Amino acid sequence: MHEMSLTEGVVRILEEQAATHGFAKVKTVWLEIGELSQVDPESMLFCFDAIARGSNVAAEAKLEIVTIPGQAYCLDCADTVPLSKRGDGCPKCGGWALQVTGGGDMRIKELEVE
Amino acid sequence: MCTVCGCGNAQVEHTHDHDHDHPHDHGHDHHHGEDVHFGKGIAGIHVPGLSQSRIIQIEQDILGHNKSLADVNRAWLAERGIFALNLVSSPGSGKTTLLCKTVEALAGRYPLAVIEGDQQTSNDADRIRATGAPAIQINTGKGCHLDAHMVATAFERLKPAEDSVLFIENVGNLVCPAAFDLGEAYKVAILSVTEGEDKPLKYPDMFAAASMMVLNKVDLLPYLDFDVARCIEFARRVNPDIVVLQVSARSGQGMDEWLAWVNEGRRRAIAERIKLLEAKLATAKANLG
Repeated sequence: MHEMSLTEGVVRILEEQAATHGFAKVKTVWLEIGELSQVDPESMLFCFDAIARGSNVAAEAKLEIVTIPGQAYCLDCADTVPLSKRGDGCPKCGGWALQVTGGGDMRIKELEVE
Repeated sequence: MCTVCGCGNAQVEHTHDHDHDHPHDHGHDHHHGEDVHFGKGIAGIHVPGLSQSRIIQIEQDILGHNKSLADVNRAWLAERGIFALNLVSSPGSGKTTLLCKTVEALAGRYPLAVIEGDQQTSNDADRIRATGAPAIQINTGKGCHLDAHMVATAFERLKPAEDSVLFIENVGNLVCPAAFDLGEAYKVAILSVTEGEDKPLKYPDMFAAASMMVLNKVDLLPYLDFDVARCIEFARRVNPDIVVLQVSARSGQGMDEWLAWVNEGRRRAIAERIKLLEAKLATAKANLG
């Protein structure tokens, strides 16, 4: 359940941003979660509800998760291909000579604040 | 710390004494275009009585805080020529036994130290200390993984020797530790042959993050249906570059190869340290005029 730590990280970032930008409350948080990142969006939503309650800045915030599709470079096809999960083969040639090039990260994209 | 990208490391850097003089800046400047103006609300202008909602683009990596602490750890280790490995696996794969046998085999050749992560008990650190190596236990409580901050705290307490090898035994868990960089040189995933050969496909994040897979308990292969070739094929599907060693910590099979790999890693860490020291020496000589 590392989503709990990750969510604590999100709330910490919101509090830092509130101090930097001088806003009181976050209304919406847009999270970009890569399909190939190590996080389960459902758990993230569950944890956020629990953790945000303890923060003045984040208590009323709504979490919006935007899924970023996974992407890899196939060395055999010499081409960029979609990859929805690690361990899947290349959709073009069926091989596994794949280097993940996108959808491996998770980040806070933007905030709606007041 | 830069609050947009999470870079910078002031929090940890000054919690320990050190005598180096590297510049504490980093390779990017700080113009994130994040100024916020009252007129930038959704309404476009500031109208009394209307909601002052506004959108702030922050583009911040959720793991950025841990990554910046891990970078501090990595620099700390590099300055001291310490080769650090992060051992990850499910519970019961034989990590601690592999470590005990490794410490016994290398005892007297060069200094070793061990950080043990578990939810509770100091049993594993006790087992390591019984072999003669300094060890420190980190209990994560309800936590499911070690993070860079915990490991930095352990560095201060354990004080691993210069040019040593540091083994960090993560919490037994094939999921969560994959996401958290501790500042190690490599993650080593240990998979015992009493587990399913499809574990690399079931837990791909870990095998994708690891540089090496140690197949442990291979002395039991004659009694099992475990298909080694298939397991390696599965691991390479998620990580084409993963190095695989077949080992039995109990019988000693494959241990020479494992120890040779550890020795080579340590040799490289020391070579890197020598480069850093030579660069410092050259700077000092140049400053002398």
